[in-house]
Amino acid sequence: MDKNVVFSRLRRLEKNERLDNDLSSSSDSDEVHVLAVDDSFVDRKVIERLLKITSCKVTVVDSGMRALQFLGLDEEESSDGYDGLKVDLIITDYCMPGMTGYELLKKIKGSSAFREIPVVIMSSENVLTRIDRCLEEGAEDFIVKPVKLSDVKRLKNYMFGEGRTKSQDKGFNKRKLQETSPSTSPSLSPTSSISPEQSSDLSSTSSPSTPSSPAFQDSPTRRFKSSNQD
Amino acid sequence: MEVVGQLQKQYVDFITSLFREAYLDDQYVQLQKLQDDSNPEFVVEVVSIFFEDSEKLLNDLASSLLVSISLFWVFILCLRPSLLLMVVLFFLLFLFQLYSQQQVVDFKKVDGYVHQFKGSSSSVGAQRVKNACVTLRNFCEEKNLDGCSRYLNLVKQEFYLVKNKLETLLRMEQQILQAGGTVPLLEQVPLLWKQ
Repeated sequence: MDKNVVFSRLRRLEKNERLDNDLSSSSDSDEVHVLAVDDSFVDRKVIERLLKITSCKVTVVDSGMRALQFLGLDEEESSDGYDGLKVDLIITDYCMPGMTGYELLKKIKGSSAFREIPVVIMSSENVLTRIDRCLEEGAEDFIVKPVKLSDVKRLKNYMFGEGRTKSQDKGFNKRKLQETSPSTSPSLSPTSSISPEQSSDLSSTSSPSTPSSPAFQDSPTRRFKSSNQD
Repeated sequence: MEVVGQLQKQYVDFITSLFREAYLDDQYVQLQKLQDDSNPEFVVEVVSIFFEDSEKLLNDLASSLLVSISLFWVFILCLRPSLLLMVVLFFLLFLFQLYSQQQVVDFKKVDGYVHQFKGSSSSVGAQRVKNACVTLRNFCEEKNLDGCSRYLNLVKQEFYLVKNKLETLLRMEQQILQAGGTVPLLEQVPLLWKQ
């Protein structure tokens, strides 16, 4: 990904905060394409809507196996095994029958073609060991269910708001431990500026940050504006 | 319009009472936020899926706690014993199954179903159902069959209660819309009732 694509994405994000996103427009490389994995029908419906409303392209599957099939990673590992559009983010439930979210995470991080795709884990259980395990395995973030709009907005903005750099401090959000109110954005003091040079590969630096460093701190005011209203 | 205003007030009173009594929690408000003109039926759709899913889960749960009983009866009937023998056997087996159920019930499977139910109820904001599921899971972990059966009944009860409330709520929304008004939205659940 080079600079131009990033900046056109920025413009688009600004324009399309809440758009009726017609996802029949294919091969739109400006939009973030998210692969969501959850075995629960209710949760699939909710996460799909959450992602669409934040202007993401969404593909929803009901199992880890289907996710791997979609990526083209199920049988053989071919470097160009993309089945369709490139996936920018994978968000998966942890507890699933068959292949758990953790196992899916391991498979993705273990594949040379796909390990650069950020993976976010969702779980209804706020278990510290589980969170740590996922982060150590390379998960980008860990969201406690039920997932809210503010979670998705925050996620999208810190991952794709200013460019796909991972040099910034990406702590995870143990939302339930931190707060009780739904709107979670604390007042931001943007520490690092937008760094336009981003690595062409999203190297998953799986260094779990300390719990006290939430992801908010490293993003600029634009995210503050968009995520604050929820 | 007078009618719309009245309907809206009734709606607000009703939904406020649902939050106060913990039938619903903030997650329901979150779902309402996802509904807009481009997707005006979102909440109805999610709630309908939840109802269907839950009925199925409750059936699965009930049958997974019961399977051991029926097998014994079937076995007895297949033996085609004399009437007296049948009575004696039934009696003995009735006692026996009370013991054997403890060993035969797959608590892990039951726990799996309850976990699913807890997840989906939490995702729609059905707080009381979710809380009952949490307690039910504890009984599963302890392999406490009696506790499981009792709490399954409670979970079922809570589900049908919230189903009823939600159906009423959604009906009230429809009435407001049909009368030409808009459905008032609570920005978030008042702190007083947040748990």
